[in-house]
Formats: sequence, C-alpha cells, structure tokens
Amino acid sequence: MAETFEPKIVAFVCNWCTYAGADLAGTSRTKYATNVRIIRFPCTGRIDFMLLIKAFQNGADGIIVSGCHPNDCHYTSGNFHARRRWMVFKSMLDFIGFPTERITFSWVSAAEGKKWAELVNETTDSVRALGPFTEYKNLDFSQFNQIDHEGIAEQSR
Amino acid sequence: MRIGYYPGCSLQGSGREYSESLLAVAEKCGIVLEEINDWNCCGASAAHSLNHDLSVALPARTLALAEKQGLQQILVPCAACFSRLATAQQELVSSEEMKSKIADYLEMPVQGSARILTVFEFLQEHIFPVADQYIVNKLNHKTACYYGCLLSRPKDLTRLERPEDPMEMEAVMEKAGATPIDWAFKTECCGAGLSVSRTDIVAKLSAKIVEDAVSRGAESIVVACPMCQMNLDIRRKEINKQMDKGSDIPVMFVTQALGLSMGISADKLGLNRHFVSTGKVVSCVGRKEV
Amino acid sequence: MARIGVFICHCGENISATVDVEKVARLAGKLSGVAYSVDYKYMCSDPGQTLIVDAIKEHKLTGIVVGACSPRMHEGTFRKAAEKAGINPYFCEMANIREHCSWVHPKSDETTQKALDIVRTMVEKVKNDTALYPIKVPITKTALVIGGGIAGIQAALDIANAGHQVIMVEKTPSIGGHMSQLSETFPTLDCSQCILTPRMVEVAQHPNITLHTFAEVENVTGFIGNFDVNIRLKAKSVDFSKCTGCGSCWQKCPSKKIPDEFNAGMSFRTAIYTPFPQAVPNKPVIDRANCTWFTKCGKCGICAKICPTGAIDYTIQDEIINVKVGAIVTATGFDIKHSDFFPEYGYGKHPDIIDGLQFERLASASGPTGGEIRRPSDGKVPETVVFLACAGSRDKAKGIEYCSKICCMYTAKHAMLYKHKNHHGKAHVFYMDIRSAGKSYEEFVRRAIEEDDVNYIRGRVSKIYEKNGKLMVVGVDTLLNAKPVTIEADMVVLATAVVANEDAESVAQKLHISYDKHKFFAEAHPKLKPVETNTAGITLAGACQSAKDIPETVAQASAAAAKTIILFSGSELTREPVVATVNRSAAPVFTTCTGCFLCQEVCPYQAIEREEIRDRAGNLLMNAAKVNAGLCQGCGTCVAMCRNKSIDLQGFSNQQMLSEVMGLLNKPFE
Repeated sequence: MAETFEPKIVAFVCNWCTYAGADLAGTSRTKYATNVRIIRFPCTGRIDFMLLIKAFQNGADGIIVSGCHPNDCHYTSGNFHARRRWMVFKSMLDFIGFPTERITFSWVSAAEGKKWAELVNETTDSVRALGPFTEYKNLDFSQFNQIDHEGIAEQSR
Repeated sequence: MRIGYYPGCSLQGSGREYSESLLAVAEKCGIVLEEINDWNCCGASAAHSLNHDLSVALPARTLALAEKQGLQQILVPCAACFSRLATAQQELVSSEEMKSKIADYLEMPVQGSARILTVFEFLQEHIFPVADQYIVNKLNHKTACYYGCLLSRPKDLTRLERPEDPMEMEAVMEKAGATPIDWAFKTECCGAGLSVSRTDIVAKLSAKIVEDAVSRGAESIVVACPMCQMNLDIRRKEINKQMDKGSDIPVMFVTQALGLSMGISADKLGLNRHFVSTGKVVSCVGRKEV
Repeated sequence: MARIGVFICHCGENISATVDVEKVARLAGKLSGVAYSVDYKYMCSDPGQTLIVDAIKEHKLTGIVVGACSPRMHEGTFRKAAEKAGINPYFCEMANIREHCSWVHPKSDETTQKALDIVRTMVEKVKNDTALYPIKVPITKTALVIGGGIAGIQAALDIANAGHQVIMVEKTPSIGGHMSQLSETFPTLDCSQCILTPRMVEVAQHPNITLHTFAEVENVTGFIGNFDVNIRLKAKSVDFSKCTGCGSCWQKCPSKKIPDEFNAGMSFRTAIYTPFPQAVPNKPVIDRANCTWFTKCGKCGICAKICPTGAIDYTIQDEIINVKVGAIVTATGFDIKHSDFFPEYGYGKHPDIIDGLQFERLASASGPTGGEIRRPSDGKVPETVVFLACAGSRDKAKGIEYCSKICCMYTAKHAMLYKHKNHHGKAHVFYMDIRSAGKSYEEFVRRAIEEDDVNYIRGRVSKIYEKNGKLMVVGVDTLLNAKPVTIEADMVVLATAVVANEDAESVAQKLHISYDKHKFFAEAHPKLKPVETNTAGITLAGACQSAKDIPETVAQASAAAAKTIILFSGSELTREPVVATVNRSAAPVFTTCTGCFLCQEVCPYQAIEREEIRDRAGNLLMNAAKVNAGLCQGCGTCVAMCRNKSIDLQGFSNQQMLSEVMGLLNKPFE
C-alpha cells in the first residue's frame, strides 16, 4: 500500500513573536498538522538564507519563515532586513528556477496562536500538493564526503 | 503647450457668460484654448444617480477624444463637469478592469492620462504670469468670493490649498484690483440642482449666503460655477422674499471680473445679460480706491 | 568528546498523554554524543532538578538537553541547575516538546517522532555550544534628567533621595513646565502652582541635584552606565552668582511688547524677564532676539545701569559643559496645537476663539486678567462660552487619529471654573464621548453637569464664524435626532490636540531613541515596558511618551526613577552574553573582517564600533568592526548581513544553527 506523501516542513522563526505565538497555540491546545519542526532564532534578521538552501538539500519539502509584524520587531528593525533579504532572495531563486512556492514568508505575532496553526496547516496542504522536493535528492552527494582540505590549501599557497 | 477646452452643457447654455468671458480673457492674454472635438455631456447628476458605468463612460468619452486630439492638458471650468471628469479619470487609472470595460463601451481606447485643470489652476498657471501687462483698471469695490460645493469637495480631487477656507478666488480678485472680504459662507451650499424641483430650498439656502455677504459690506459676489451663478442670480426674486430686506447685489463670474479689469467691454463679457443688474459694479471700475 | 545528557519530562500527563516519552528517552540515548538519557515525571520540580544535577556529576556530562516545555518557561531554571552541577549554564538547551508538540497533536506515532526530532535537533546544537560568561560593564552613578516639568521633577527627586547624583537640564529659564501654567488641576481643583512650587524648590535646594536652566542637551554618546553628554548652557546675560532676583531690571526694561510664552501669547513681557513670579531659579535671563542692546548694537543698557549688584553681563557666551552619566530620564513633555488646524473654527481669525492653555491663563490668578474670565478682544466678561472637545484629536482624516486623553477632563474643569466665576453665565460643551476613566474623574464630570449646570451637547461643530459681534457656533445635537444647533457665543475654547514638542524629533535623534509617526517617544514594550526605551539606560517619563494627565505622569516618573535606581544598585552592570562578536586572530591576519561596516548600518543599537588595527609601529593597517558588548542586544541582524561571516552571534552561532538544521533533517533511523 502506497503511503500518502507527508511533507517535511522546517520553520525558521523569531523568538519574540512567532515562537511565542506557537507557544500560545500550544497553551490554547489548538490542533494542527504534525509536519512542521521549528528552529528558533533571536530575530528573523538573524536568519541566513543559506540555511534555507541547506534545509532543502537535506530533506525539507517546504519552509516557513516567520517573525514579528513590521514595526513590531523586538529589536526594532531586524524584520525589515529579513523582509528585504527575502525579496532579493526570492527573485534570485525565481531566476534560477527554484520553486519558491515551497517557501512561505509570514508574520505571526505572539498573540496569534490561531494564525500559527492556520499557517502550518495551509503550508502543509500546499506543499503536500506540490509533492516531495526531489530536485537535489537525485544528485550523488557521497562523492563529496572526502574533501581533501589540506590538499586544496596546499595548492592555493 | 496646447490647452484643451471642455465647456460642457451649461457653459453653452445658461452659463454661457462664463465661457464667453473666459475665452475673452484667454484671447486677451494670447492663450489659445482648443475645444475638444465632438465632446459630449459629462452626465452631470443624472448619470451618477442612475448607473455607475454610464457615469464613468460619458466623461471617459470626452477624455478619449481629448487623447485622440493629442491634448495633454484640459481646462474644465464648470465645477460639476470638472468633478465628473476627474472622478472618471480616477476610476480609469485605478482599475485596469474598469479601463478595459469602458474602452469596450466607447469602442475607443482611453488612458485617462490628460491633466485636468480647474479654472483656478488655469488662471494661476497660464494667466497670472502674463496678466499684469493686461490689467488696466482696478475693480475698486468689496467682493465676496463664493465657492459653493463642488469647487471645494472632495478635497483631494479639487486640490484647493485650504478647502475649508479657500483663497484661490480671492487671489484672482486681488489681481483684478478688488478687495475680497472675509465672510462665513464661502463653501456653503446654494441649493444646487434643486433650483427647478425645490426652488423654495434654493431660496432659503441662497438667502443665507446673500445675507452674510451683504451684511459684511460686499458689493458683489463672485463665483466660478454656473450653477451657483444661476441660483444666486436668476432666483433672486425668491431669495429676496426670504430676506428681511432684499438685495440687488450682482453675481459675476470670476472671469468676467478679471475681464473687466483687463479693459474688455461689459457687453463682450456678457455682463448685460444677468438677471440682477451688474451696472453698479461695472461703474466702480476705474473709481478711486475704496 | 561530547557527553550529552537528555532528560525527557512527562510534565505530569501534559507531555506523556500524547508523546511516548519512554521511547523518546530510549531512542535519544542511542544518538551519537549522548551519554545518558532518562525520562521523569516533573523535571522542573526539586527532585527533578536534583536528578539532573546528580546525573551531570555522576556521568560527567558536558551538556544537557531537557525535553519539556518552552524555553520561555524554564530555560532559566535548568540553566541554574546546570551551573549548580558545575557546568557552564550555556551548555543547557531545552527541546520544546510540550507547547510545540504534545499539546498541539493527537497521540500518535507521528507525534512521538516529532518529539524525537526536536530533541535530536537540540542535541546537535548543544554539541556546538560554547561556554559563555555574563558581561560586566562599569556604571557611572549619576543620572541625567532632561526636562524640568512635573515628570522631570518627580524623577529627579526620587533618584536624588535614593542617594544618587542628578543633573537636570531644562531649556526654558525656569522649571515647572506646563503644570505651572495651569490654574487648577482636576479632579480636586487644587491650585496647580501651590502643589507644584514646593517640589520645584525642593529640586533647587536638593544637595544631590545640579540644576541647569536655560540649557539644552547638545549631544549624547556612549552607552548604558557610561554616557558622555555635552550640555549647552545658553547665555543668560545675567551672572547668577551676583543676581539677587530683586526685579529692578525687568521693571525698568523698555522692551515691553514681547508676546509672553508663559501666558500663551495673551499678554506681553519684557526682554529681560523671569517667566513667572514663582520661577525657579527666580533670576531673570535676557531674550537676546528681542533685546535692544543686542538687536541695535548696544543701544539701551538700562538693566545693566539699574542693577544694584552689577549682575548684567552682555558679554556672556553660550558655554558647553561635558558630563558623564549612567542613565538618562527623558521627560521633555508635550505641547498642544496652536493653529487653525480646523480652518472652519476660525482660530487665529478672532481673538475670542482660544485654546485650552490660553483659557488656563485666563482662569489663573497670576494670569493676564487676574483670574477673571474676560474676552481677549474687549476685556468684557463673556455671558456665553462654548467649549469644543475633540477639536483636532481622534480624526483620521486630519492625521491625528489618537485621543489626547486629558481634554474631556480639562474641558469639564474649564466649564466649571467659568461657572464658578460667573454664576449667571452659560457654558456649553460640544463633545463626542466623555473619557473620564481615572479615580474620581467620572464624578468630577457629573459635578459639572449636575451641580454647575454645564450644558453637554453630543455632537461636533461644523463651523464657527463671527456675526454681529457674536461667535456663531454651528453644530449638531446627535442625541436629539441630529438636530442642528447654533449657539451665539461670546467666547469659544477649543480643546486642541496634545502633540509632541516641535523639537521632539531632534531630541530623540540625539538620544538614539525611537519615536512614532507623531513624534512621541517609543517605549520598549507597550504593555510590559512602558518606561524603558529600546536604548539601554534611557527611560521615558511623562507626556513625551504619550498624552497623559498629572497622576499618570508622576507615576511614570517614579517608575523611570526606579529603573534608574535599579541600574545604579549594583557595582557593575551584568548582561546576558548572547551578543555578537567579530573574529580576531593573531598577526598577520588580525581578522577576516574587511571593514565594510554593513553590520554597523543595520544595528538598531549602535553597538558596532570601528576599531583601528595597528601594527607594532603604530601604523594603521585597517579599520575593523568591533561589537560593544554593553550595547549589543543579540538580534543577530549583523551576522546575517556579514558577507564573509566574520561576525557571529554567541548562543545562536552559524555553526549552532547549521547543526540544528542538519540534526533535524538527517535522521540516523526512521
């Protein structure tokens, strides 16, 4: 019997708003899909978007990035930088043909437990419909495990 | 820069003195106004009370024709026509869906790209820079500048600097050598289109306007809207019945006043066709300063 | 070699009801680097913590992961336990398997798998954690209070009474602020100056307070505990050490037609002046912009001739002094709108249409009319006065959508004062709502209506114009079915909006504090941190933060003082070490930082500094970024910005975050 595909969603969230909003969803016992795993950052401004690529490379099918609403950042302006970074990053990903529908960028405040649950459910549903992210999984990574760091350094001296 | 001209129905009918005096002043100052070919009625109050699409399509046709004629600026002196054209333009520009729907009705492309000038903008930008050399007489009397409703509302459309207490017409009258007074009914309603169906309401509302102007020493009321002029002038008999003491204060178009100061004859400006005689004010021209 | 301990909590049944906690503990024990793994009913309890401490010692654990509730709940608890057991507390991480797992999912294999994934993520992070130590910063125990109104006065007195030095800077010639302009205060109708002036004197005489009036803050650098402030002492033209405050100078000054700011422009003052009789200090200054000696090159000079002690000195210049402070209380106050914000109300067109502060001066015994309500135009007593509440506030279309908070109360007060002084007069108030939520406030407004016969009309005024010597106030009574109402008034008082001072923006920029679109200063958190700002060490007191009345101002000022006193209570300042650092190494590399300072641009706290890297001979090699740990709040925006990863955030480093992602997704078993 073929198992229905369950997407793996990784969420990169900020500590002060979205993480707290997810906590609130918990205290309110709001039920949502089990597919998401949260990585906590102090601020969305801290998120290096290369980590998103790493996540996709290593098995993630979809990603959520979420922080404080604009003007509400605990650190004043971190989320503005995250937003700008996202706009540039997204257009770069679009340019290279990366399916940016797999990435959801959102704002969830510490008071929006329900919104967090909805966000997770919606993202899970849409990524499930997109299917597994297989673009890089067909590549052979094993040959890269034995990188000769010393040799490379020797050559460049 | 070519300036398109949209007189609208009133300025060809009951408000024809507004058009005649405006064209006379423009001619004096060497400004050419190009009437839009085959323009149609803007729809006025009738269209927007009955059907939204019609209220946009009618003025949009005129805008489309202006674009076809290559006009980038259009002067619309009538306050109501200006309101309809500018509103239609806003609708076209803010919705691609509306724009293509209207273009379908018109069977003509329309962009809504021309700049629509109010009469004050026209006077300030095109007449003021050259007016001084043409003004030969001072008007020498106290005048109350009356804006009425549509010249000052909605404030984002009509672009007056101080919509609750405008001074644009006052600036024109000062140029013409008159003394505009400060008064309380600058932007109060005259009764507008109820002129025919409820003349009694027009009489009551317009009486308050005339009363205030007269009590503060105004010797003329100056307007920039054919509806205002009609109500304050043609309905004077009914207005006088609403006042303790009637008044014979004349009501001129701002362009007639400006024309007088430029030495254009009262006849050419249509000042002899008013219901309330303008004789007293015309004779003030060139009088010693008040 | 890492030896991680994993502790899975049942949390009673909160976690164990949906997550198979024994399985999670068992499987976690199989992860590489995990030396010990156990589950227990209540980890945060005393026995639970003892279990952890004992396990750390017994199994020589180098780090721990507690799979339980949210770190926002108990991270501190478990870090203390770790410290007690002898390991650095920053080797303790929490895996949130309650709020983010057991509480939001049904009992199932997926839920247990998710809990395990979360635990595994944090195990990988702990493997990459480094020991961090709290940061210590020295403190200068002197406070700067900017603003000498009731807020600044209260804050200064509290801090000074706690034994610390206070420097107060006030830009006008006297302290007292707007409260000194009021006639009586609601809800008690206490005489404002009577309750204020004793405090003003206390400030002037307090041994711990240094008062600089007619002075302004020029610039501020530094950080919490260590601010460096330049203060401009504007030239008073009077030597205060000689002046006795006798008053001969201003009595003889020939320039008598200067609009008096203290009387809200309703009377005149002289060029050499004290703002009001109870001014502190009670010594005059010269308004050079309006003084003949200064505007007409040495003509006049009467005050200098008359002064019995020779205190007048026209040659005094502005002086800049430098002070070092540890904390700053911003108490710069507010203004009200004095303009024809609503042109249809005719403010400025007619002298008998006045604003709230002008009415206060009329009602005030020390005001231009000796406390009698008289029309500015002809000095007659008005028989009918109309008060307009909300004349500029709560109006989105006009750009002031907020409520100015104090006007409902002071309008009721004004109407009552008018009626008390003119029993036969008629007072009308046009209002939208009555906001009288403070203690005894509602009763105060009812008094105006029921005892003093003030006529409250619910409706707005559309126009005010003059006709036959009367002010026609055209409004509507919405409670009488929207009936139009026109009142023929002799005087109209507009309750205009409370707004920020004109120079509020420049003050905020000097202090590096945030402000909102209305130029009110921004608090750190609207609910839980109403006196702190996002700039460590700078607090807010009074109406500079938002419109408020006197009791709230005094409370907030004391709160700001308390925050300052807390700061000063230790010998050093201790801060959480979650801060950024820019790498440094030995010569010839020194650092991989290229000195682009993009990090500096994005830091909201000005925590990045330029450090000059020099060789042994003292030659400048490069400028590199350096983080001021005292200022850094640990947001990490700089880290994400750095193009070559030379700056990293301790506690959330690049390696740690990568290890979380890799640990999450690379499952060693399904």
